[in-house]
Amino acid sequence: MSEEIKLMKGNEAIAHAAIRCGCDGYFGYPITPQSEVLETLTEVEPWKTTGMNVLQAESEVAAINMVYGGAGTGKKVMTSSSSPGVSLKQEGISYLAGAELPALIVNVMRGGPGLGTIQPSQADYFQTVKGGGHGDYKLIALAPASVQEMADFVGLGFDLAFKYRNPAIILADGVIGQMMEKVVLPPFKPRRTDEEIVKECPWAAVGKPKNRKCNIITSLELDPAVMEKKNLHLQEKYREIEANEVRYEEIQCKDAEYLLVAFGSSARICQKAVEMARAEGIKVGLLRPITLWPFPSKVLNQFANQVKSMLCVELNAGQMVEDVRLAVNGKVKVEHFGRLGGIVYTPDEIIEAMKAKIM
Amino acid sequence: MTIEDIIKPENLVYKKPDLMNDRPMHYCPGCSHGVVHKLIGEVLEEMDVVEDTIGITPVGCAVFAYNYLDIDWEEAAHGRAPAMAVAIKRLRPNKLVFTYQGDGDLAAIGTAETIHACNRRDSITIIFINNGIYGMTGGQMAPTTLEGMKTATCPYGRDVKVNGHPLKITNLLKELDGTCYVTRQSVQTAAAVRKTKKAIRKAFENNLNNRGVSVVEVVSTCNSGWKMSPSMANKWMEENMFPAYPLGDLKDTTI
Ligand SMILES: Cc1ncc(C[n+]2csc(CCOP(=O)(O)OP(=O)(O)O)c2C)c(N)n1
Ligand code: SF4
Ligand SMILES: [Mg+2]
Repeated sequence: MSEEIKLMKGNEAIAHAAIRCGCDGYFGYPITPQSEVLETLTEVEPWKTTGMNVLQAESEVAAINMVYGGAGTGKKVMTSSSSPGVSLKQEGISYLAGAELPALIVNVMRGGPGLGTIQPSQADYFQTVKGGGHGDYKLIALAPASVQEMADFVGLGFDLAFKYRNPAIILADGVIGQMMEKVVLPPFKPRRTDEEIVKECPWAAVGKPKNRKCNIITSLELDPAVMEKKNLHLQEKYREIEANEVRYEEIQCKDAEYLLVAFGSSARICQKAVEMARAEGIKVGLLRPITLWPFPSKVLNQFANQVKSMLCVELNAGQMVEDVRLAVNGKVKVEHFGRLGGIVYTPDEIIEAMKAKIM
Repeated sequence: MTIEDIIKPENLVYKKPDLMNDRPMHYCPGCSHGVVHKLIGEVLEEMDVVEDTIGITPVGCAVFAYNYLDIDWEEAAHGRAPAMAVAIKRLRPNKLVFTYQGDGDLAAIGTAETIHACNRRDSITIIFINNGIYGMTGGQMAPTTLEGMKTATCPYGRDVKVNGHPLKITNLLKELDGTCYVTRQSVQTAAAVRKTKKAIRKAFENNLNNRGVSVVEVVSTCNSGWKMSPSMANKWMEENMFPAYPLGDLKDTTI
């Protein structure tokens, strides 16, 4: 079959990719700027074709707990929302991590705090990579910078979630969710049969046959000694993910004397800024973290031996810049440039900020 | 003489369900939770549906129900069990999916999930232990706490002007089109236990026959929270809880 190239919004790509990657269930609640995910799914009606379930929940709280319930039975389930809704989901996300359940969460960020604005923002970086919910846990966090990556990261997110029995999150923003681009949708992959699920997820609560012990999905343990072990096991798993799953993109970095660090839509704008700055003779490169956790700390630390300084460009008041500074550990100057409240910088503004802050 | 010499099949008059394991229960002596657990075990065993059953435990004293009944379980966040049950039933429509919830879990923090689950038609079962108090956290006021009843957070008695009225949530649930069977039972006497068992059986059968949501409320004692002996608690329940929460079927569309 020839490649199907389509033109669509990032949010629509999420929906189509979910159906195509064998997702069993989507549970969500409308919120701008991500409502097209649920709208697309209810328009396409995948329950008539692949058998995928789609349900508009009564709240984001219910939606994430539906995900928790479904994931506990080994099903491939997901939810999507935007910032205020994702705040509501945090208890459930912590439960998913605590019970070691694979699931996919999508956050198409908007500006905050509070009800904030429906305009794009990247101010949920801390919430995503530093915890968000309670307890010592980590989410595998993927940051798409194109509609193509919105589509690709659904399958990737599920694969990583099941590989490590850990929730994964796609951290997009209003720009990526709303913009239309060409996209090649992934090929159709059938949903797993119940037998395949039992094989892949022997831990799943599906009804106890006579010949095995009970499967109990829980994050609770009152014996501190056992609970410490459980936490240490989680930490061990997180170290393994850090060792194996770091993803990033280098753009014009080979001869760079200055480095921009940006993710998602900011990286797209920075890419243009790099082009324009290079036309002026400034040797600047762009490092784009694709996984926000695990964070590409090692490569940033190596670049600190090559470049004179770094500028972290993000649509917030300075969040990822903290991780860049930790990675660089004082070797070079790292500054932050951001816009707030839903305003998006132009490439010119980024070059100006570069000149003012790190050159 | 060993236990086997005494307990022979011909003189066996009572046996706990095999599903119920021998782990010592953490419940206070006299608590209703253990009795209801046993009934669930008996019914599942008699219906022979363990391989197709997924239970959801609440946050509340029954959080550890999964330690006592040998079936597959998921442990919910406080109040969210009905949302989980709805999703599981949709993803696995042939399973018997039930939640087990206290009054705080079902009628306070989880009210929205309860109402919306009961308003959809997914055939799940809700076993609702109404003991009028938050047992697990040390006896605070529940939405179902009676007027004038003393708890850790209404130490001078529930004042309806301050705390609102005891929430008869089951009466509300019976009005919703997704429910097919709503009943209120108790387990303080042998006769009551038999009736509750029948109700649970019916609810589980509705579950497998795709009839809609079944709600079995069990008006229960929490003798520790109520600060009473088990027998006093039973008497107090009959005299005070039953008038506010009268027993019997509130709705049955299956007959
Ligand atoms: C989000 C959240 N809020 C509060 C609690 C604390 N908590 C645990 S159990 C409980 C009340 C349980 O009461 P009920 O549902 O009536 O169950 P019972 O113990 O009486 O059977 C509360 C408030 C919690 N675990 N999680
Ligand atoms: S505190 Fe109350 S509900 Fe909890 S186990 Fe004791 S008697 Fe039962
Ligand atoms: Mg209670």
